Amino acid sequence: MILTRENLINFILAAMLLAVPFAANALGQPFYSTLATRIAILALAATGLNLALGLGGLVSFGHAAFFGIGGYVAGILAAHAFSGDPLLFGLSGSKQMWVIWIVAVIVSGLVGLAIGAISLRTSGVYFIMITLAFAQMVYYFAISWPAYGGEDGLSILVRNQFPGVNTMRPLTFFLICYVVLLLALSLFALIRASRFGTALQAARQNEVRVATVGIQPYRIRLTGFAISAAVTGLAGALFADLNRFVSPSMLSWHMSGELIVLIILGGTGRLFGPLAGAALYVIFEFALGGLTERWQFFLGLILLVVVLFARGGLLGLLAGKAKHG
Amino acid sequence: MVEPVLQISNLVKNFGALRATDGVTLDLRPGEIHALIGPNGAGKSTLIHQICGTLRQDSGSIRFAGQDIGSLGVADRARLGLGRTFQVSSIAPDFSGLRNVMLAVQAKQGSSFRFFKPVMRDMSLINTAMAMLERVGLTARARIPAAELSHGERRQLEIAMALALGSKAFLLDEPMAGMGPEGSKSLTRFLDTLRQEAPILLVEHDMDAVFALADRISVLVYGRIIATGTVEEIRRDPTVRTAYLGDHA
Amino acid sequence: MTLALALEQLLNGLQLGVMLFLMAAGLTLIFGVMGLINLAHGSLYMVGAFACATVAAWTGSFWIGLIASLAAAAAAGAIVELVVIRRLYDRDHLDQVLATFALILMFSEGTRWLFGSFPLYLDIPPLLQGAVALPGGTEYPVYRLAIILAGAIVAFGLYLLISRTRLGMRIRAGESDREMIGALGVDIRTLYTVVFALGAALAGFAGAMVGALQSVQVGMGEPVLILAFVVIVIGGIGSIKGALLGALLVGVTDTMGRFLLPKILALFVAPAQAGMIGGAAASMLIYIVMAVILAVKPRGLFPAAHA
Repeated sequence: MILTRENLINFILAAMLLAVPFAANALGQPFYSTLATRIAILALAATGLNLALGLGGLVSFGHAAFFGIGGYVAGILAAHAFSGDPLLFGLSGSKQMWVIWIVAVIVSGLVGLAIGAISLRTSGVYFIMITLAFAQMVYYFAISWPAYGGEDGLSILVRNQFPGVNTMRPLTFFLICYVVLLLALSLFALIRASRFGTALQAARQNEVRVATVGIQPYRIRLTGFAISAAVTGLAGALFADLNRFVSPSMLSWHMSGELIVLIILGGTGRLFGPLAGAALYVIFEFALGGLTERWQFFLGLILLVVVLFARGGLLGLLAGKAKHG
Repeated sequence: MVEPVLQISNLVKNFGALRATDGVTLDLRPGEIHALIGPNGAGKSTLIHQICGTLRQDSGSIRFAGQDIGSLGVADRARLGLGRTFQVSSIAPDFSGLRNVMLAVQAKQGSSFRFFKPVMRDMSLINTAMAMLERVGLTARARIPAAELSHGERRQLEIAMALALGSKAFLLDEPMAGMGPEGSKSLTRFLDTLRQEAPILLVEHDMDAVFALADRISVLVYGRIIATGTVEEIRRDPTVRTAYLGDHA
Repeated sequence: MTLALALEQLLNGLQLGVMLFLMAAGLTLIFGVMGLINLAHGSLYMVGAFACATVAAWTGSFWIGLIASLAAAAAAGAIVELVVIRRLYDRDHLDQVLATFALILMFSEGTRWLFGSFPLYLDIPPLLQGAVALPGGTEYPVYRLAIILAGAIVAFGLYLLISRTRLGMRIRAGESDREMIGALGVDIRTLYTVVFALGAALAGFAGAMVGALQSVQVGMGEPVLILAFVVIVIGGIGSIKGALLGALLVGVTDTMGRFLLPKILALFVAPAQAGMIGGAAASMLIYIVMAVILAVKPRGLFPAAHA
């Protein structure tokens, strides 16, 4: 990897995030570990969205659907494992994180494929509104389906397990999330540089050009959208384990909006944009939330200023314009 | 007679009451440059859209490389070897010229669903793409973002992409538009050699270039082909003189 | 008896459809003329409801409240347009989405700041209280009928405004050709502000009318906004006619689905299960309708020429 200014900043960001929970652990302040874990998971969710939005230019306003589906996969599998009731086709639930992750990735990926197959027939504002509408459909379904808590949500009594470690320790759970985040960032970097990524980014820049060289933009985008959904779904499963609770609020359209906001605050189309954005967001939430109950008002104000006057986001300010190969 | 590479027969396209393409029959034979000329509003763009697949004809047929392509989409036609350039050049602006051509190379190889190997370390892609850039004379500018290329350079880039596709025919939509006199001259020289590779359907307003390059010319007026023939035949054709050429002839 | 119930549900569906039309008309007008996607449209609905409830409480008159809701929403719309929205016309949709999302956060928290977190209540005006008898023996609230009527009048007024007035001519010109309208010597900036304020007033009017049926609270505009999105996606973004038909379709489908699906399912499965599955399915019905329409017509039922 070439040592550019952006790479250096990325490295510092990753190191800082890693340092926080160790410091918190040493100081006996586990709350800060939870905060860092929250940053890692939100960054993971936004990294998923960044595949569709940053690389593919697909402004999905419905990624909360995948985030929430991942969360419900974790909640439902854990609930069945706890009660011993079989799930579907005689399969039992699971308390193992890696099983839950695989199921979350598959289920949210498949739902992404279905939603994408219809939504990607359109573009522009239509695409934004339709992804929003489908996410809302999932949201209302979760509310009106009483088997898994309906409006009240579903608790995960004991955090799910990972072989060989104690996931109830905040530091351990953080490290699990951190490693998953780093893997997802690597996946993003690989895809961005690959042939598929080339086609996906070209489809964002110039759809006609992609078709003219004989590549169907629809197939490329649909694949990208499904991968994006799967990664965000994985983040949802971790988020449910962090809170040991999953509710329709994970599926709400505010969540979809927040995921986009994370990317924009950090810097659109950049590898570490989601992490920078998630860190900024959680810190805002924590710092402003400590000062005023109305912190969302100021969040809105800051966001407005960023959109109107500082479109590169945090990384844009720190590292200059984004570069493409 | 050699079978034409591209054969358009009785093509019709209506927009409401307007008949934009009115029974057009046109062919493109191996090794030739066939120029399509006509005044603005004659329906040249509509015809091109139907050939490359962005518009569907109402009736008539389009055969290309021995196959009826009239119902295929843009990407499918491109994969069969229909290479095209645009009136307003069409490139991926954030990518370098090299990566633009690499996109065409990977499309030709049919390998856009590879997710892990970095393209910038993939010598099979890079070497092929660089060879195409060299042919159009863009080697020195290969690594500059395409957005920063000049108008003429973007044209060259588009042609390099069409070359990389291994096109069986080129559809060039006003390649001389916006080029200075020097650029037009060198592009004319280049197109002259390009016909060896694959025949060219050339839509062009620049009559000097058309007369210098074309083996045959078709004249499109109000959606109809009013004449097809060699340069001399078209120059002499009285209908064409009155309908279109005027002072040029 | 069941028939009367079905009639009542049909009227409820119409009433929902009419409200959705008021929201969707503004959204689709703003998109058609300015090419802007406005997520904060639901906030203007909320502003209308709060203005009506507050002024009605001060003055004791729903009608003054209703006028205040129009004025407040139009003013809020105009201010937002002048300060924020007009910087967004040349931006891509992503920027528009984010900036208007930011506006939602500010409107919602700002309203909580001013009015607190408790909902306000708005009484139905005495003139429109009571119920009328429907054929079949049930009764139907006069107020809901009045909403349907008011919506119909607004829809007709909007039609006259756009087809018969000078402002309407400019709006139509703006929809078909944005550069052209500047060449015609129309002051585009003013036109845009007026159109935005008009859309806002329609949303505020809808909010005030619904405010008397439900409680007036922060966040009330958001579910309506998303339904209005479904409406304009179905109808074709930019088309007022599409918005009207889409709104009625969504309103009636949603209401009748919630009413009928559990009953139909009860013919096949146990009632408790029918209620559960039917309820869940009904909540997804309009989205499924939207998906089906899009699968056939990706640009909606009445695609606008330029969008």
